[in-house]
Amino acid sequence: MHPVAVMTYRQALHDTLREELLRDEDVYLMGEEIGVFEGSYKITAGLLAEFGPKRVIDTPISEEGFVGAAIGAAMLGLRPIVEIMTINFSILALDQLVNHGAKIYGMFGGQTPVPMVLRTPGGGGQQLAATHSQNLEVWYAHVPGFKVVVPSTPADARGLLRSAVRDNDPVIFIENLALYNTKGEVPDGDYTTELGRAEVVKEGGDLTIVAYSRMAKIALDLANRLEDEEGISAEVVDLRSLRPLDRETVVASVRRTNRAVVMEEDWLSYGVGAELAATIQEGAFDYLDAPVRRVAAAEVPLPYAKPMELAALPNADHLTRVIHETLDVSGAR
Amino acid sequence: MATDQKPAPRRRGQGTKRAADAFAGEKPGTLVDYYRTMWLLRRFEERCVELYQRARIGGYCHLNLGEEATVVGLMAALEPRDYLFTNYREHGYALAKGIEAGRVMAELFGKATGVSRGRGGSMHLFDAEARLMGGYAIVGGQIPLATGAAHAIVYRGGDEVVMCQMGDGTVNTGAFHECLNMAQLWKLPIVYVIVNNLTGMGTKVEAASAEPELYRRACAYRMASERVDGNDLLAVRDTARRAVDRARAESQPTLLEAVSFRMRGHSVVDPARYRSKEEVEQGRAQDPVVAFRARLIAAGVLGEAEVAELEADVEKELQQAVDFADASPDPTVEELFDDVYASPVANAPRALPGDPAWR
Repeated sequence: MHPVAVMTYRQALHDTLREELLRDEDVYLMGEEIGVFEGSYKITAGLLAEFGPKRVIDTPISEEGFVGAAIGAAMLGLRPIVEIMTINFSILALDQLVNHGAKIYGMFGGQTPVPMVLRTPGGGGQQLAATHSQNLEVWYAHVPGFKVVVPSTPADARGLLRSAVRDNDPVIFIENLALYNTKGEVPDGDYTTELGRAEVVKEGGDLTIVAYSRMAKIALDLANRLEDEEGISAEVVDLRSLRPLDRETVVASVRRTNRAVVMEEDWLSYGVGAELAATIQEGAFDYLDAPVRRVAAAEVPLPYAKPMELAALPNADHLTRVIHETLDVSGAR
Repeated sequence: MATDQKPAPRRRGQGTKRAADAFAGEKPGTLVDYYRTMWLLRRFEERCVELYQRARIGGYCHLNLGEEATVVGLMAALEPRDYLFTNYREHGYALAKGIEAGRVMAELFGKATGVSRGRGGSMHLFDAEARLMGGYAIVGGQIPLATGAAHAIVYRGGDEVVMCQMGDGTVNTGAFHECLNMAQLWKLPIVYVIVNNLTGMGTKVEAASAEPELYRRACAYRMASERVDGNDLLAVRDTARRAVDRARAESQPTLLEAVSFRMRGHSVVDPARYRSKEEVEQGRAQDPVVAFRARLIAAGVLGEAEVAELEADVEKELQQAVDFADASPDPTVEELFDDVYASPVANAPRALPGDPAWR
């Protein structure tokens, strides 16, 4: 196995961008305030100084324009990595992304791939209120033609970003504001993490928790604690990719554990949990000992006031309660 | 940064020189080629009306009827290596960029031999080899893409030029403004062309644009711009050439406006009741195809017999195109999921309606 280093999610992203810029002349970065300002969240710190303005491009505040320009450049074979300051602003580029980026390869009969990456952080909990705290990954995960990845660890951030940059399709790479400072072990070397594959990050026999991005970290931390403190053996599946969705790994896990809880930071209705609950009843109906439960955000424009924000966003306490209820209802506790 | 707004004709037909003068310095063979392409476009679109009414062509179908001088003039200004992005009214551009009529017609028929392999239809023609980089059916959608293509050319140090065609309604989209700004800021080799056919779907330019002289929009970006009579093929070509040369030699963008006339409704099924009879008659009286033919005959470039021969030849080509499209196979349903991704990926969905998502 490769030696490992401990680094933050931010550092993993930064280093990967730098390495991909060094590896391939066709790779360049563009986005608002990523160069001189070094990025709103400093993921691109130092890269303008090292690579110059041809490779690290500060754009006007024109999301539709520069995201579309990245798609157009990708059609000619370049490999742009676009940063959208937060996922909330990506809505301004939806036409270019959904009506064009996701369609161009198929709609024109496979003549022109669109090898671009759109990096953007989602997530709430920073008292940024309703317009700056959203999780809109489901909007993108809904659309055929995109690949949508949601890394939860520095190691996956690195491996998935490498895969995304080297992939020939538009990849929506969704980070999470609250993960930037989290640390984890990152293998050395030029490894990649396969797109479209979930990972069982903790094995267990009592129930399956399915989560992604920041919620996968919360789920794994909680599962380890519950095992130590209460003897509950929870299996944790980190989806890593929302499109394609690795239904097989989820179903296989639930067939082993007979119970499932899905946790997401996004709003409840029409979410990843709904999609997985449907998948689990299709693939593991006869194996289920309890209804599939979902832990998701309250469906409100997220308020600024801290007690309200805390109440609205899913956390380990919510997940603990639902795990207990799922085990209780099936007489397993 | 001076805007190159020379006093171009403000109205169609104004300032037309005498035919013989206008052809000074032109090669007769080239003029005949232009006419043949215009006639091909004219007859192709007229065949489309008929084939649409016979349900051989589905979806929406927008025609270039009346815009032939603009289309052929613009394409004459491009080199084969130059890229073209258009909107959804683009059959003529595909033909004038050199794509065989049969492959265009096959696309309209939804056949596997179509330029977009039957995936795109009338509004989404694409041909990598001809560098027709797509017809785009969301108004303004092609502008950021074309701008990015021009950026890619600069990035790689190439000498190609991008032409980005759009209709008059497009100038009021955000994408138009965002991209003209970026193109000038980054000095991109691109020619934005507004084909002002005086009407959106049914909305007059004056009712949609506070500055109805659309080429003036470029002022806000210190971008060179010109307006040209879209019924005058040679004027369109020469104006476009200046812009293309500026893009290629100086890596500078230009905004062109070609004032043209849409002979029919917005699409095949639109009877265009929102236009007055006088307006339509006035537009048709300036039919650029008829006018160009008359000028060629008057100048002695073409004789009546040659015209008849050329037009019969076009008829034959079109019939072959229709026959080719007719005889071509449909794409197979087994290919349905093949073009979703360029890089194969684990767990890509392949469920047809009614299939379980998981199996």
